[in-house]
Amino acid sequence: MSKYSLNINGETRRVDVAPDTPLLWVLRDTLKLVGTKYGCGVGECGSCMVHLDGIPTHSCKTTVAAVGKRRVTTIEGLDPEGKHPLQVAWQELDVPQCGYCQSGQIMAAAALLAENPHPGDADIDEAMAGNFCRCGTYLRIREGIRRAAVLAAKKAGEA
Amino acid sequence: MSPAAGLCDPGRRDFLRAASAAGGGLVLGFYLHSAAAAAELIAKPASVAADSAFKPNAFIHIASNGVVTLISKQPEIGQGIKTSLPMVIAEELEANWKDVLIVQGDLDPIYGRQSAGGSTSTSVNYEEFRRLGATARTMLIAAAAQAWGVPASECVAADSAVQHRPSQRSLGYGPLALRAAALPVPAAAAVALKDPRSYKLLGTRIGGVDNAAIVTGKPLFGIDIDLPGMLHAVYEKCPAFGGKVVSANLDAIKSLPGVRDAFVIKGTTELRGLMPGVAIVAESTWAAFSARKQLKVVWDEGAVVGDSWKKFAAQAAALAGKPGSTVLRSDGDLPRAMASAAQTVEAAYSYPFISHTSFEPQNCTAWFKEGGLLELWAPTQSPAVGQNLVAETLGLSKEKIVLHITRSGGGFGRRLSADYIVEAAAIAHKVGAPVKLTWSREDDMRHDHYRAGGFHFLRGALDAGGKLIAWHDHFVTFANKLVREGKPVLQTGIGAGLSSDEFPARWVGNCVLEQTALECGIPMGAWRAPGSNVLAWVIHSFIDELAHAARRDPLEFSLEILGEKAIVPASAERGVDYDVRRMKQVIKVAAEKSGWGGKSLPKGRGMGLAFHFSHRGYVAQVAEVTVSKKGQLKVDRAVVAVDIGAQIVNLSGAENQVEGSVIDALGVLMFQELDIERGRIVPGNFDAYPMIGIEDAPAAIEIHFVKTDNPVTGLGEPAFPPLAPAVCNAIFAATGKRVRQLPLSGIDLSWS
Repeated sequence: MSKYSLNINGETRRVDVAPDTPLLWVLRDTLKLVGTKYGCGVGECGSCMVHLDGIPTHSCKTTVAAVGKRRVTTIEGLDPEGKHPLQVAWQELDVPQCGYCQSGQIMAAAALLAENPHPGDADIDEAMAGNFCRCGTYLRIREGIRRAAVLAAKKAGEA
Repeated sequence: MSPAAGLCDPGRRDFLRAASAAGGGLVLGFYLHSAAAAAELIAKPASVAADSAFKPNAFIHIASNGVVTLISKQPEIGQGIKTSLPMVIAEELEANWKDVLIVQGDLDPIYGRQSAGGSTSTSVNYEEFRRLGATARTMLIAAAAQAWGVPASECVAADSAVQHRPSQRSLGYGPLALRAAALPVPAAAAVALKDPRSYKLLGTRIGGVDNAAIVTGKPLFGIDIDLPGMLHAVYEKCPAFGGKVVSANLDAIKSLPGVRDAFVIKGTTELRGLMPGVAIVAESTWAAFSARKQLKVVWDEGAVVGDSWKKFAAQAAALAGKPGSTVLRSDGDLPRAMASAAQTVEAAYSYPFISHTSFEPQNCTAWFKEGGLLELWAPTQSPAVGQNLVAETLGLSKEKIVLHITRSGGGFGRRLSADYIVEAAAIAHKVGAPVKLTWSREDDMRHDHYRAGGFHFLRGALDAGGKLIAWHDHFVTFANKLVREGKPVLQTGIGAGLSSDEFPARWVGNCVLEQTALECGIPMGAWRAPGSNVLAWVIHSFIDELAHAARRDPLEFSLEILGEKAIVPASAERGVDYDVRRMKQVIKVAAEKSGWGGKSLPKGRGMGLAFHFSHRGYVAQVAEVTVSKKGQLKVDRAVVAVDIGAQIVNLSGAENQVEGSVIDALGVLMFQELDIERGRIVPGNFDAYPMIGIEDAPAAIEIHFVKTDNPVTGLGEPAFPPLAPAVCNAIFAATGKRVRQLPLSGIDLSWS
């Protein structure tokens, strides 16, 4: 076991875990942030996606020792009130079916919108290609991202 | 959508009674329940079982502050039932949806049947849920009338309140709750159901009640359960199905960091029960996963090591042209019809085993408490099956097993099985603490209860007018050897049989259906639209072949097969009547909306049609595809016409089920295949068993609900089966290539 000081959703969290522990399990088991999901453990499905310094990253393939000083953002910390435009759009359009993959979908989409505020369908498909949805909510994911882009632009206009 | 947790005082008995309505066995109950948000409820022992003295049924609770708590008794697996069935009560109750809080019910006999399978949740409960809501509404109106001293007939309920319009008075359901609780429950005959034309909620688009929790990452699913002092377990089973543990390096495992215990579980011989294996119990999931990498088990693998897909395919090929071991149906004179036909067509179709791959891997949390009480938290479609299996396997009384139903990260039929529940219970039995068993993705893929593969040797005959006059299918499927009442029996896998009523058997005068089952040791189970999920592909692909052989339009050819009879009655023992009018109508709608036959497409583009009746639903689909010269498939559009009766409950949820069925079916068609070697499933993760991604989703899915005066039925399954044949028929139209083997990833679709 080793001690790590992690920056999670803007807070410093100290954990004492084995160095090879994937960030996923530190979040879920140690810090009880269970919004980040275990889907495959090999970086194939995208259910475990978080941001490290804003970059979408598979938390199942990132060991706690490799996180370092980078800022970790999880679905719980995406927006202080849970009202990120994607979170709003996802509810407006009733995107989820089972919902299991959706935190990963939203984290991948949030990174896309941060980089490209007005993505086209090809941009969306490219950015979201690594996030599987077993229920097949892809049409609504596309629509949700487009809707969130509009909501974000409105918000920016108001600000 | 729902009010935040804490609006309702859990200590108050506002509207509390146990009552039953006269006649018809319909009962309505109100009982105390702590109205906490489902998200917070999942990890807490709910009070439902302890409160079962407030019997018999218990779906509605109205607090004095006006919060209406509705119990969702059915397991939520992504089909949207936790939103849609409570909507039915709310509609008849005239409750404003914003005042409604939904709480997931535990497994409890007071709720009646609790199983999410076979698209039955809606069809079984719809009318009863209407009555539950209407009865409560009638009592609230009576309470208001009593309070005002006016006739009930002058009062109306709307928007969570009762109004007396002549005097312009209104009382909310909250203030009325106590008074309503003191009234007798009216007889069923005295309760008027709403005229569906006056529905305000049903048929509209309502977002899933857990959406807010989902998009903010709140604990909801079985895998999210956390209990004080909880330990984490993994369970290693033999990679060859049913293998027994000879020995394992338990002492070495027990000495690893974070490991609390490791032991062998002898298990049973039931393929879908508690299989033998080695449990590792640790302080964290990762400690358990890490220790497992060091685990060395010597297995006695048994005869199953002889199983391989290669061997099965060879066995099936040897059966081509030979009679089947069972004749399911024999109508007319097949040899004569074949001999006299203007044209005959033969084809062999085959498809592999596939896995459910629900995204939340199987898991269950179990806690043996003092007094022999076992508490379980499980993402399950069939909680009673879990309770029964645990009771039988561990020799416990069912009354001592409390099962909390969590949200499931996908089901697709996988969670009708309870193997992972009995494993967790068996592990917890030996550990004095709550234990969460988490399957790895590899466990999930390699220890599924699979959709069986199969082989069809088909022959069809056409007369000089191009009419279908004969149909012959020798279906080669799979069976397990089981011991029942001390005797070995060969039992066809779940979902691996062919009904003697399967279309077009009842419509073709000369028809023979035969079946031969290959014995295997691979466990099989219900997979979304069991049977239909792939039989529709075989049948409607071959019908398309026959239509093309006859040089006829597949639409017109299909309508001719369906014929002019309104209802074709069931002839099989457990068969279902087939309403030809309903099917013809959805076919016509799909054809019309898709512009079938109205445009000529260049080579490389094509349209295909298919239809299928399953799970009480009538569905027709037209797929429009583009296949590049290199053979890359793109589904441009799917047009889906659906008849599931008189009412769509939640339009958003219904559309979600159709969109999901189309994309799920497309993923299976394009990619999914499990190789089998030495009694093992070869792929273990998504790198070897790809899922469909967003880039392969159709650009558009157009959905048309055709409402007919028929019972309201479910939609988790019926929209799945027609997609694959519609796409394959479109591929043929685009390229001239007929797909007779799945998945498409193994087929060259290139053209020049």
